[in-house]
Amino acid sequence: MAKQINVALIGNPNTGKTSVFNQLTGLNQKVGNYPGITVEKKEGICKLPRGLKAHILDLPGTYSLNASSLDENVVIELLLNKSDKDYPDVAVVVSDVENLKRNLLLFTQIKDLGIPSILVINMADRMERKGISLDVDLLEERLKTKVCLVSARKNTGINELKEAIINYRHIPDEPCVNASVIAPEYFERLKKAFPNQSIYKLWLVITQDVNFGNINRKEITNSAYFETKSHTELKKLQHKETILRYQFINGVLKETLTVDSSSAKDLRSRLDRILTHKVWGYAIFFAILLLIFQAIYSWSSYPMDLIDETFAFLSEWTKINFPAGSFTNLIAEGIIPGLGGIVIFIPQIAFLFLFISILEETGYMSRVVFLMDRIMRKFGLSGKSVVPLVSGTACAIPAVMATRNIESWKERLITILVVPFTTCSARLPVYLIIIALVIPDESVWGFNLQGLTLMLLYLLGFGVAIGSAWVLNLILNIKTRSQFVIEMPNYKMPMGKNIAINVVEKTKAFVFGAGKIILAISIILWVLASYGPGDKFNNAQQIVSEQYDNQSNVTEEQLEEEIASFRLKNSYIGIMGRGIEPVVAPLGYDWKIGIAIISSFAAREVFVGTLATIYSVGSDEEETIKNRMAAEINPILGGPLFTFASGISLLLFYAFAMQCMSTLAIVKKETNSWKWPVLQLVVMTLFAYFVALAAFQLLK
Amino acid sequence: MIRTLADLKRGERGIIKEFSEENIPLKLLEMGCLPGNEVEMLQLAPFKDPMYLNINGSHLAIRREIALLIEIDLIN
Repeated sequence: MAKQINVALIGNPNTGKTSVFNQLTGLNQKVGNYPGITVEKKEGICKLPRGLKAHILDLPGTYSLNASSLDENVVIELLLNKSDKDYPDVAVVVSDVENLKRNLLLFTQIKDLGIPSILVINMADRMERKGISLDVDLLEERLKTKVCLVSARKNTGINELKEAIINYRHIPDEPCVNASVIAPEYFERLKKAFPNQSIYKLWLVITQDVNFGNINRKEITNSAYFETKSHTELKKLQHKETILRYQFINGVLKETLTVDSSSAKDLRSRLDRILTHKVWGYAIFFAILLLIFQAIYSWSSYPMDLIDETFAFLSEWTKINFPAGSFTNLIAEGIIPGLGGIVIFIPQIAFLFLFISILEETGYMSRVVFLMDRIMRKFGLSGKSVVPLVSGTACAIPAVMATRNIESWKERLITILVVPFTTCSARLPVYLIIIALVIPDESVWGFNLQGLTLMLLYLLGFGVAIGSAWVLNLILNIKTRSQFVIEMPNYKMPMGKNIAINVVEKTKAFVFGAGKIILAISIILWVLASYGPGDKFNNAQQIVSEQYDNQSNVTEEQLEEEIASFRLKNSYIGIMGRGIEPVVAPLGYDWKIGIAIISSFAAREVFVGTLATIYSVGSDEEETIKNRMAAEINPILGGPLFTFASGISLLLFYAFAMQCMSTLAIVKKETNSWKWPVLQLVVMTLFAYFVALAAFQLLK
Repeated sequence: MIRTLADLKRGERGIIKEFSEENIPLKLLEMGCLPGNEVEMLQLAPFKDPMYLNINGSHLAIRREIALLIEIDLIN
């Protein structure tokens, strides 16, 4: 079998690089992570003519090889490291025909590294409409490369690109620009010190914080041959390099590109006038938000009900059709409800990402960033914090990852720290069941009280997120200069294929990321509730039977229930629960809720499942659990356990407490320190505790 | 009188003059914000911050504090 050709797909953001990737690989792609960091690694296999194959790596979008974020760093690390197994035989640089000038900056840098590079000019179908004409032959000659005109949207030019990939050996690897003219003497000394290395590579290693094969940065900067330049001097040189490259590019484009600007006044300016308007812009944004939330909650309730019923049925079916015993119980009461607890979130998460990808694909999201930046900055956030905060209503994990494009470390950190306050979908089942228990199903002035409470909880989540951002902004003493630059891409019709792939990937990431933990916790819980130490647990049947021996009015069924309840009380989980009862009693909870709260620290949605396990209801059927909960008696105060006071207290606790191990893990990864996740855990949980305490004591 | 990008009103255009690069994000230079290039103010958010510009064909938004650092000559 012939060797696969290693292709790296590189390009500016918003050039349709991912569309080209999707066209080349179809569904033959997989998404993973780069080792040790949470940057997505997208790769796929492309079938080429004549039985050849190419391995395609879709690198994160970047404007240049001067990295300013983790994502961009990945690109440079790879291009500088020849021994990396993904080191490209050929680089495919994707550009957008309308922003060719800017896109060529990155192209010339890659070319100067000596990597054979193909220039893909995407969105070629828009050329005529925009009055753009291009002398492709001359462009190829001046850039010393192969140029492919492609439209990923119309699926044209892809076969030519495949041919070009096969023939990559014919592409000259001469550089476009001689970067050493920016500081001839300095580069001369550099060359003397490391005669075997490419000079432009050395330059990039010096200016970036990356390692470089067998020579690392320290070795170069400590070398006796020359003094290193200060940070400011290096930055000046980078500035010079950028100007040099633009001089070259302007020269090339002057000869090859003509734009008839009379046909260019277009849709963009007309749409921008409305969508970034001082009044209409905001009105439209909030209308869209409202529509999204409305759609998520009304549309996803149908598949969610279906999933709920299916898993309840499966659980029953297993119990009936499998031989009775611990193993069957583990499957029916531990694993199946555990899986159900994960699958139930798929509809909401998928819907939310559907909307977010549509907003991003169309280019609208950048307008929202523009509109919101000033307002968000008052709270120490950035306009770019809007996307994480909205994503946070589905799940905090992708939301934390979505903060990566925020340039200022302080704004990014604050966004990461406050995102878990937004009402993620894991809180929803907890809210729903408690609201159903303690808030009357009545209408006041045409508003359903239960619905109103739910809406208030969402607003509360946002409010506390913004409020704590404001406090953090005052407390955190981090000096950062504003580096805020955002591209406002052209408006585009979203491509169905891109959106579908994105939604599937994001949903999968949730299911396999958070899902593993949820499943594991469900199994552990089941074990802890099914076994216990000592005689009390093992002899439960005998002890309870003796107690009721002389009472003739006890039915067989009631006796069974008493035994189960006694056994639970003396199981491992029961002992733990009674241990923490003094802590949670002032909040209006009993030991069973205490257990549910403890297990919720793994993932909030475990709450309902835990109560189901504890009340030995046997199925996740909401009505049954609800009836059981309504019948619970407060062990200290007497009367029903779930009152208005304890219900509100519980709602507030779940609104504020940091109860998600997966989020803590991702925050640790993204901030590269335990300090911040630990801070989140302690501060949020203490805050939740005292708010819940105050609520219960005031309302009871 | 020294004019900066921040003085531009909606629809006005200018040519970028020299600026001290130390405080300007490199990314902005890479997107085409270089001396000699033309810039047009497209939209202003409330309180004139951030600003939505067309710099040398790149459409981007920057904050007012950066715009204040970039000197320009107004084109009438």
